[in-house]
Amino acid sequence: MSFLIGADLVGGYGGPDILRGCAIAAERGEITVVVGPNGAGKSTAMRALFGMLTLRSGSVHLGDEDITALAPQARARKGMGFVPQTDNVFRSMTVEENLEMGAFVRDDDISGTLDEVYGLFPALRDKRRQPAGELSGGQRQQVAIGRALMNRPRALMLDEPSAGVSPIVTHELFERILDIAQSGVAVLIVEQNARQALELADKGYVLVQGRNRFTGTGEMLLANPEVRKSFLGG
Amino acid sequence: MSDARVPFSVRVAQALRTPRKPVLFAAMAALICLVGAGQSWSLALTILNLCLISAVMTLGVNIQWGYAGLFNAGVMGFVALGGLAGVLVSMPPVRAAWHAGGAGVVLALAMALVTIAAAVLVYRRMRQPAYRKLAVALVVAAGYFAARGLFEPAVRAIEAVDPSRTGYLGGFGLPVVLSWFVGGALAAGAAWAAGKISLGLRADYLAIATLGISEIIVAFLKYEEWLSRGVKNVTGLPRPVPYEVDLQATVWFREWAASLGASPVDLSSIVVKLCYAGLFALVLVVLMWLAEAALRSPWGRMMRAIRDNETAAEAMGKDVTARHLQVFVMGSAVVGIAGAMLATLDGQFTPTTYHPLRFTFLVWVMVIVGGSGNNWGAVLGGFLVWYVWVEAEPMGLWLMDFLTSPLAADNPLRIHLIDSAAHMRLVVMGLVLLLVLRFAPRGLIPEERR
Amino acid sequence: MQDVVNAVVLLTNFLVVPATAYGCQLALGALGVTLVYGVLRFSNFAHGEIMAFGAMVTILFTWLLRHWGVTLGPLPTALLALPAGMAVTAGLCLLTDRWVFRFYRRTRAQPVMLLVVSVGVMFVLNGVIRFVIGPADRVFTDGARFLFTVREFKAWTGLSEGLAVKTTQTLSLVVAVVLVAALFWFLEKTRTGKSMRAFSDNEDLALLSGINPERVVAVTWLIVGCLAAVAGTLYGLDKSFKPFTFLSLLLPIFAAAIVGGLGNPLGAIVGGFVVAFSEVLLTYPYRKFLAYLGPEGWRPDGLVQFLSTDYKFAVSFFILVVVLLVKPTGIFSGRSS
Repeated sequence: MSFLIGADLVGGYGGPDILRGCAIAAERGEITVVVGPNGAGKSTAMRALFGMLTLRSGSVHLGDEDITALAPQARARKGMGFVPQTDNVFRSMTVEENLEMGAFVRDDDISGTLDEVYGLFPALRDKRRQPAGELSGGQRQQVAIGRALMNRPRALMLDEPSAGVSPIVTHELFERILDIAQSGVAVLIVEQNARQALELADKGYVLVQGRNRFTGTGEMLLANPEVRKSFLGG
Repeated sequence: MSDARVPFSVRVAQALRTPRKPVLFAAMAALICLVGAGQSWSLALTILNLCLISAVMTLGVNIQWGYAGLFNAGVMGFVALGGLAGVLVSMPPVRAAWHAGGAGVVLALAMALVTIAAAVLVYRRMRQPAYRKLAVALVVAAGYFAARGLFEPAVRAIEAVDPSRTGYLGGFGLPVVLSWFVGGALAAGAAWAAGKISLGLRADYLAIATLGISEIIVAFLKYEEWLSRGVKNVTGLPRPVPYEVDLQATVWFREWAASLGASPVDLSSIVVKLCYAGLFALVLVVLMWLAEAALRSPWGRMMRAIRDNETAAEAMGKDVTARHLQVFVMGSAVVGIAGAMLATLDGQFTPTTYHPLRFTFLVWVMVIVGGSGNNWGAVLGGFLVWYVWVEAEPMGLWLMDFLTSPLAADNPLRIHLIDSAAHMRLVVMGLVLLLVLRFAPRGLIPEERR
Repeated sequence: MQDVVNAVVLLTNFLVVPATAYGCQLALGALGVTLVYGVLRFSNFAHGEIMAFGAMVTILFTWLLRHWGVTLGPLPTALLALPAGMAVTAGLCLLTDRWVFRFYRRTRAQPVMLLVVSVGVMFVLNGVIRFVIGPADRVFTDGARFLFTVREFKAWTGLSEGLAVKTTQTLSLVVAVVLVAALFWFLEKTRTGKSMRAFSDNEDLALLSGINPERVVAVTWLIVGCLAAVAGTLYGLDKSFKPFTFLSLLLPIFAAAIVGGLGNPLGAIVGGFVVAFSEVLLTYPYRKFLAYLGPEGWRPDGLVQFLSTDYKFAVSFFILVVVLLVKPTGIFSGRSS
C-alpha cells in the first residue's frame, strides 16, 4: 500500500465539482508527478490531499491513518508539507524566520534541520538575514521548499515549483527535489511543465477533467504516443 | 423587468401588499400615537418631524451603503453643510459686513481658485517630474500666503461689524426652502472631493477620509465666524411655515380653536409642526420615489452587481470607481438636504451640536436596523431608531429609578446611577446594532432579491 | 549668538517637547490600530474608546490607591494603577473578540462588515465609559508637575527664554520607549511574536505552517488592549481625561497608522511622530522665534502661523490625503488591498 493515498476524490470549491473521482498515491522515496491540461483539477487534487477543501466523497490516507477529516494544521503536524504555487513565503520576514515558521509545530531543537536545509540550498545560508520578499524567484522557491522541509515532512507536496522560474533554475530545483525524495520523503509534484517533470518522475498521473486518464512510470508516459500528442506537444 | 414604467402609486400599493412592511409601518405609527396619547401631541409631532428628517438622512446613507457598500463615516459633515446652506440662503445679508470686508474675502477666494488653476497648469505643463512637484508646491505655498494676506484683514473687518449681533456676512435673504437644494449641492461638492481622494482604494480608507472631512467641516463651521458666526450660532432662521404668534393673532384661527375647544397656543404649535411635517414628508416621498426608481433602473442593477462582485464587474469593463463616486455624491447630497431641513426645523445653526455619535454613527444604526439595501427599511430604521433614541432617555431614567428604588434617595450610588441613566442609550444603541448585525444582518425589511 | 540659543530653546519648549510627548501617545495608539489591522484585517473604529476605557480604569484604580493613601511621590499615582488598567483593558478586548468579532472572523465576513461592527462596539464602550465615570473633564495627575520649570531652567542657563518639561511629558516618552522596545523584542525574537508577524504577512501560509489563528488573534488583542490603556492614560495625564476627546483622536491615530503603512508596526511609530510634529509645526506661531533670529528690535507683523490651532485635526487629514494620493501603501509599504 502506498504511503499517501487520495482515493475517489470528489469535490470542488462550492460550485460544480472539479474533482470527479480521481485517485493519487505517492510512495516514500519516490517522486510522483501529476500533469494535465489547464483546469484538469491538478492543484485542486493537491489541495484536497492537504485538507484545504471539503470533499464530497473519497478519502485521504497517510501511512496507516485515515486523515480525511483532519484540518490542514493537523495534517502539518502529522508530517505533511505543502508548498503553494504563489505567495509561498512570508515576504516581510527574513529567510531564517521563514524557515523557523516552517518548524512552528515542532518543540525540539531545529538547528539540525536548519543546517540540512542550508546544506540543500547553500545560497539561502548567505541570505538568511534578508527578507524573503527581496529574493529572486528561484531563491524564493528554495525558501518555500525549505520552509516545508523544516517540519521534517514524510510527504511533501509541491504545486508547480517551476512556475515563474527560468529553465536552468528549474533544472537545479528539480535536482534538489530528487535529493529530497531520496532521503525517504514521498514527493508529489503538480506540474504544468510536464516533460521536464515526467523525466524525473517515478510515477506519473495524467488528469483530465478531474479524473485519471493515464497512469504509469514517468518513462512510460513519456513514451506513450497519445500522452505525447495531447499533453506534451508532440 | 419593466418596473420603471409602473406608476409609483401602484408600486406603493404593491410594496404595501407584502405583509411585513405595512405591519411594521403601522406599528411605528402606533408608537408615535402612543407618545401623543401618553405624553403630548406636540411632543409626538416633534418626534415625527425628526423621524422624517432622520429618514431622509438614512435614505442618503442607504444609497451609499445599501446600493454600493460604501462606508461613509462623515455623515455629520454633510449634515452640517446642509445647516450652513440654511444660513447662507435664508439669512438677510449684512450690508455693513459686506462693505467692510466682502471684497477682500471674494478676492481671497478668487486668489485661491487662481492658485489651484495655476498649480494644475504647472503640473500639466512641466515635464520634469523632479522639478514638477517642487514647482507645484511653490505655487501652492505662494498662493496660500497671498490669499491669506487678502483674507485675514477682510475677516477681521467683517467680524468687527456689530459682533454681538452679526459679525458675519449673512446670507442671501432667500426663502429657506431653497437651502434644501443648496445644502444638497454643498454636500455633493464636498463628497465629490472626498470621493476623488479615497475611492478606488480600500473601503477602510474611504471611512477614515470621510471621518476626517466631517471633522474638518465642523471645525471650519465652528471657527470661520465671518461665514457662519461660528460658536456664536445663527438664530432666527426665517421659517417656511407661519409663526405661532401670527396664527394666534388671526381671527379665523382663534375661532377655529374655539370651535375645537382647544387653546389657541396649543393648536398653533400643533399646526406649525404639522406644516413642517407636511413639507418634510413631501421631500421624503419625492426622494423615496427617486431612490426607488434608481434602484429599479438598469443603473441600480449595475450598482448591485458591482457591490456583490466588484472583481467580476470590473472584468466586464465597468468603471467601478466612477460608479462609486457617482453613488457617493448622490447619497451625500441627500444627507445634505436632510441637514438643511434640520436647520430649518430648528430655526438656528449651532455648529457645536454636530457630534459624530449623533449625526454619523446613529444614522448608521438606523440604516443597519432598518435593512441595508432596502429604502423602505432604511426609512423605517430612521423612524424607529430616532424614536428609541428620544424615548430611551425618559425610559432609562424611569427604569433606573425603579431598579434603584430599594436604595435610599441620598445613596451616592443611586444618585450616580440616575444621573448617568442618560448615557445608557448609547449602550442600548450599540447593543441594538451589534445584535441586529449578528442575528438579523439584513435588518427589519430585508433587501429584495430581484 | 545668545539670540539663536534663545530661539532654539523657545522652539524646544513650545514645539519639540510637546510634539514628542504627543507623538509618543499617537504612536502607541496607532500601534494598536495597525496591529489589529495586520492580524484581523479591519480598521477598528472602537480603538479610541478602548483607549478611553483603559484610561478610565486606570483613573478608577488611581482613586482607589489615593483613597488608601498610596502615592508614588513625585510620579503620578496613575503609573502604579496602570498595570491594572492594562490588564482590565486587555480582558475587555479579549471579551469583545469572543462575543463580537470572532463570529465574523469565522464566517469570513468582509472587512467592511467588521468595521461596521466595530462602530457598534464603539457605541457600547462610549456609553459604558460615560455611565461609569461621566462625561466631565477629569484631571488625575498628581505628584510633581515638572521635571524642571522655566524658572529653574533660566536660573541654570541665564537665558531669557525658558524651557520646562512636565513630568507627564517625560513619562510619555519613557513609557513609550520601554513599551515599544518590549513590543519589538516580542515581535522579533519570540516564537509567538514571529508567528504573529507571519500570520499578518501571509495568513494562508501561516495556517499551512500549523500556526493557530485563534492564539495569534488572542495575543494580538492582549497586546492591543495593553497598548491602548497606556496610550489613553498617557494622553489623559498629559492633557486631561474627557471621554469625548478620544473619538476625535481616532483621526490622527488612523492618519498615523496609514502614513506609516497600515499593518506595519514600525510605520505606526514613525507615522505617530510625523502627524504629531506636523500638527505642532503647522499650528505654532513663529513670531517670537523669528524675532530672535531677525535684526535687533524687529518683529514680524502677524503671528507667522501656517494654520490656526483650531484646525489641528485638519493637519492629520491633509497628511492623510497627501499619502493617499502619493503613496497609498504608506511610507513603509503596509497593505493597500
